[in-house]
This record gives sequence, structure tokens and C-alpha cells, in this order.
Amino acid sequence: MSGVSGAFWILLKRDLMLAFRHRGELANPLLFFLMIVTLFPLGVSPEPALLSRIAPGVIWIAALLAALFSLESLFRSDFDDGALEQMLLSPHPLPLLVLAKVLAHWLVSGLPMLLLAPLLGIFLAMSSSGIAALELTLAVGTPLLSLIGAIGVALTVGLRRGGVLLTLLIMPLYIPVLIFATNAVTAAAAGMPIAGQLYFLASLLALALSLAPLAIAAALRISVS
Amino acid sequence: MINPSAAPPSLAVVDLECIRGDNLLFAGLNFEIHVGQLVQIEGANGSGKTSLLRILAGLARPSAGEVLWRGLDIQRHRGVYCAEMVYLGHALGIKTELSAIENLKISLALAGVSADLDQLYDVLDRTGLRGREDLPTRKLSAGQKQRIALARMLVCPSALWIVDEPFTALDVDGVALMCRLLEEHVAKGAMAVLTSHQAVEVRADMVKVSLL
Repeated sequence: MSGVSGAFWILLKRDLMLAFRHRGELANPLLFFLMIVTLFPLGVSPEPALLSRIAPGVIWIAALLAALFSLESLFRSDFDDGALEQMLLSPHPLPLLVLAKVLAHWLVSGLPMLLLAPLLGIFLAMSSSGIAALELTLAVGTPLLSLIGAIGVALTVGLRRGGVLLTLLIMPLYIPVLIFATNAVTAAAAGMPIAGQLYFLASLLALALSLAPLAIAAALRISVS
Repeated sequence: MINPSAAPPSLAVVDLECIRGDNLLFAGLNFEIHVGQLVQIEGANGSGKTSLLRILAGLARPSAGEVLWRGLDIQRHRGVYCAEMVYLGHALGIKTELSAIENLKISLALAGVSADLDQLYDVLDRTGLRGREDLPTRKLSAGQKQRIALARMLVCPSALWIVDEPFTALDVDGVALMCRLLEEHVAKGAMAVLTSHQAVEVRADMVKVSLL
């Protein structure tokens, strides 16, 4: 295998392999996601009517925090062991290479959340139409979280304690995603159409998919120099 | 697009200046490297050797001046330059969870080069890693990891090696191997830039650049 697509796939494969050789770290964000959601009935109230009303927000906020939590390590080990420098010195276009890394990250963090969400929806007494909408918004929204978050991670990877800064940088950018996604789920549960919100999220995803890799690549070059 | 083979391979450093924090590390640095030459950069600790190499590799930007490869600015013609240059820094770029072979395969794909498996085993054999090709590299010593990095430099065909302190973790045999590899590389019509505190015993056209 050679060429740009070869580099893309081997980088994707490498990151997935590395993730599976650190299974503990792989499970961390997922457990975090699960824990936040399961604590709500215990902490607020086990009453189904209330739970089903707050469920979209709870699940989405948990997904957002779990994404942020898992993103921190996206470029960390590559930065520490010099693999990032080698990636930057590849003759292949850097935006494409970082896209492979973000995709790998989404496959190990976003996708499991997507699979777990219906279960949590039932747990929080959501209606079936609400759960369907939740899945749709997560399917469009979690890649968006990974892409936007990766920009912040790329900017802060050179700093030793970039965690707080990362949160401050990224949270404002996550808010539109949160608003449109939870609004869609609530609307769906009430039997209203959600095409508008979904189209908006999808357009954000298209925008992020085309522009975020460029921003991540530029941010990485700054962080490494 | 300028044909990269139009000018012969050469690296030129023009009026390079580097400032780190409030310190001026060097200014007005000029030198050229041509085919068959080996440049050793000398200087005390903190004199900017690593900073210079990172600028030469295109990882960092100089505060003034430029670096030209085949007469073209390396920052603007990154693709041409990166396809012909191999950089080995303090951080080796080796994933400790993966084996030597897996690491090499990834480096090759990133460099856009294809090689068959036999070739990779041959190169690892040459760098003294026979029998350790499939072990996770975290089980290897620092010197052995350095040897994997050497293997990477060998399998990626390049006209220019930029090597930062290649002798640090290597044993006596390793140092001799590195010197031989440098000789061969330069004799093939390529060039190399390296920093080292040791006297480098390489039979080649050696140019010394001193940083104050």
C-alpha cells in the first residue's frame, strides 16, 4: 500500500490498534458517560415523567463531557514520543492524516456512545420516538464533537496543563450542537418534526468535516514549532 | 509547479536567525550543503543546535532568514522537501506498544514509500535487531529503540538526513554502525546534517558549523 490513501488507512489502523492495546483507557470515557446518566435518577428523582423530560439534556451533556474527557489524549502520546513530528514531516497532506486520527478517535469513543444511548434512553423512560431522535442527533453530533474538539486539543497539546484551557476553548463551540440536538430530541418526543434541527446539525458537520482538518493541521504545526 | 529535479539537491541556509524566549541563539547563519557532504553542527549545550535542526527540518520557523532546498524555500515547498528528507530528533517517533516491524510499516506509509516485508527484516537485521522484530518496542532498551529509528532512516530513501545526537544511546558497535551508515549514505550521493558532542569518525567530506 502506498500513496495518500495508504497513509490514511495505516494511520487509522495504527490508532485503532493502539486504542485496543490500552483497553482500560478505552473504557474510561464510556464509563464516565454511563455514570453521569445513571446518577441522575438517583440524585434528582426516579419519577418517570420528570426523567423523560430531562433525559435528552442529560444524555447529551454526558456525551459532550465524555467526548471532551476522551479528546485530551488525542495527540498527547504522539506529541510525547515524536510520532507527531514524523506525521508533520510526511509528504502527504497533513489535514488528511489528522482526519484519520479523528476518525479513529470517533470510532473508539463516539460510536460506543451511540450504541449505548438507546439503553440509557430506556433507563430514563424516554419514548421510542425520542430515542430514535436521540440516536439520529448523536450520529450526526458526536463526529462534530470530535472534529471541533480536535482543534482545541491540537492548539493545547504543547502546553503541560492544557486541560482547563481546552475546556474554555471548546465549550462555547459545543453549545450550538447541544442546543440543536436536545431541542430536536425534545421536539421528537412531543411528536413534532425535527428535520430543521437535523439539517442544521448536518450542515455543521459538513462544514466541520471540510474545515476542521485544515484548522487542526495548522494548530499542530504551531504547537510543535 | 517547478520541476524538483531542475536544480541539483542542495540545502542552503541564508541569514538564519533564531530567538528562543528572550535569548538570541544565533543570527546571520549562512552555510550550504552539497551532494556528498556531511555537516556536523557543533556548540555548547543550549547554543541552539536542536533549534537549528528543527528549523532545517521545517518543524520550526526561523525568526529571520530562510532555508532553501534545491533553491526553493522549504516552508513553501513542503511536499517536495519532505519527500526527500528524513529527520531523526530526540524523540524517536516510535510507538512503544507496537513492534519494530509495525513501526517501520507505518513510517514507510507516512513517507509514501512501499517496501516488501523481506526488505524490512533485512534492514532490522542490519541494525542489529534480529530476533526482536516482533516484540513490542517497550520491551527493548533505549539503544535498541534508537536502532529502530536508524532502520527507519535506511528504508525511507532520502537525499538528506537530519540527525540530532544520533550517538547518545548507542553502544560501541552502534556508534560504529551509525558512522558506517553515514559514510554509505553520503557516498551514495546524498547528504547529512548532524549534531554530536563526540568526534565523528566518518570518512567523508566533512563540514563543521559552529554555534557560539
